[in-house]
Amino acid sequence: MHRILALAPVALGVATITFALIHLVPGDPVVAMLGENAQPADIAGMRHQLGLDRPLWRQYLTYLGGIARGDLGESLSMRQPVGRLIAERYPATLELAFAGLAVAIVIAFPLGIIAGVNPGGIADAGAMSLAILGISVPHLCLGPLLMIIFSLRLRWLPLTGRGGFSHLILPAITLGTALATIIARMLRQSLAQVLAADYIRTARSKGLSRGAAIIRHGLRNALTPVITLLGLEAGGLLTGSIITEVIFSWPGLGRLMISAIGNRDYPLVEGCVLAFALSYVVVNTFTDVVYGAVDPRIRLQRR
Amino acid sequence: MIQRVSLHVGGTLVAVLFLAAIGGPFVVHADPLAVDLAQTLAPPSPQHWLGCDSLGRDMLARILSGARLSLGVSISVVLLAVITGSLVGGAAAIAGGRIDSLVMRGVDIVLAFPGFLLALALAAILGPGLVDLLIALTAMGWTGYARLVRGELLSLREREYVAAARSLGARRARILFRHLLPGIAGPVVVQASFGIGGIIVAEAALSFLGLGARPPTPSWGNMLDAGRQFLLVAPHVTAAPGIAIGLAVLGFNLLGDGLAGRIGRR
Repeated sequence: MHRILALAPVALGVATITFALIHLVPGDPVVAMLGENAQPADIAGMRHQLGLDRPLWRQYLTYLGGIARGDLGESLSMRQPVGRLIAERYPATLELAFAGLAVAIVIAFPLGIIAGVNPGGIADAGAMSLAILGISVPHLCLGPLLMIIFSLRLRWLPLTGRGGFSHLILPAITLGTALATIIARMLRQSLAQVLAADYIRTARSKGLSRGAAIIRHGLRNALTPVITLLGLEAGGLLTGSIITEVIFSWPGLGRLMISAIGNRDYPLVEGCVLAFALSYVVVNTFTDVVYGAVDPRIRLQRR
Repeated sequence: MIQRVSLHVGGTLVAVLFLAAIGGPFVVHADPLAVDLAQTLAPPSPQHWLGCDSLGRDMLARILSGARLSLGVSISVVLLAVITGSLVGGAAAIAGGRIDSLVMRGVDIVLAFPGFLLALALAAILGPGLVDLLIALTAMGWTGYARLVRGELLSLREREYVAAARSLGARRARILFRHLLPGIAGPVVVQASFGIGGIIVAEAALSFLGLGARPPTPSWGNMLDAGRQFLLVAPHVTAAPGIAIGLAVLGFNLLGDGLAGRIGRR
């Protein structure tokens, strides 16, 4: 419970950074929006309309108050509330992120277990070479590559857009592969360490088969660092979805933000950045909670 | 064993990358900006080893030119990030007490913000351009080094050899520069090697989104973006920069992995 309460100051910090990014960084958004040759009167009018002519601390308070009420202002290019635009696109990003996570787990667990059960063996070397190869192919390269092979050459899967399950496959693989390799490496490390522990030997000497020892005692204990890592890498999953959405024309938050940047629609950019950053903070907190559920030692320490 | 192989393969890839970036223009004489509409989307041939892009510009020359940009940007950014991070982390560790916890709290809040999102937002507001790109990417990278340097300093300070130097009457500056900094260098170099790979990807991603190097300046990211429209007719225009990014990142990751094994910590 107090984990969730601890969320508040971090969320406030993140909101403050978002505000500072838009309002304190040199470069005038109004001039950028209207162009270098805009009339001074137009610039002043725009500033007033956006409330940029008020003292900074009042803008900041208005901004925080707006967030608290769920009011993120109005998009300049779409003439709609920023909150509604984000709410419309958010499910698509969430769907992509979960699909990417699923792909990552499906790839990572077999690789990590094969490598971790026999560290130093041939299977380990093979799995880990595969992992470092995967980590080095960023979304940016993997996406177009998959499109060339599976959409254009083999014509098995649709090229872009959101629709049924078939639309989800390529973006999910693009997004999940890098994460998969990171998890696989961590799982291998952690599993190899756990399997060398005394209690595994005890379990084996009591007559438990090797497979059962690995699954019942090894894997469970090896999971804790993997879960921490998942929380930390959630940021990568979210920001990776920005690139993936652009590549596959996926109608999510990332593409909304990039088009808002292109249109110099600052209220919308601000809203999207905030939505991404808050999602990251929430995921991290959630990971901490799950962490406690998996490892009773941590729960005990907190009491 | 794996790490020895990593070190060699990674080192070789990185060396080839540097050679190509520096020596490339002396070997490939084509101008990366020269438009030749007769060669639009030409496939690879003896004249143009990697073919031509939609404006008939030689892809190989553009990839080599992009390598110079990519390496230049990523190395500058990592240097800037290491310097900023070391100054902040080092100052926090040396000051200690309340200043330390205040500074590190600040670092934690920046870390609570996904790195690439920070760079993306900064690049969007600063506008496209090389200096702005450097600032945006450095803002994303320095926090990791601040944490690393602070942690290493705090743990090294308690080591016996440092206590010995202190009891021999060495001044603080001497302890810092002779005894502490050499101990920190190893882990920082390992992290920097992974860091360069990460920055190469981030730079390519920003340029891909139109927020980094601006066309016609060839960058692997904006070449990838330009090639997307021609995926069906000329996949080589997309594949070439994609493979270049992959190999460069692979090189630095393997090098980092190998160095980690050599230096003995991770």
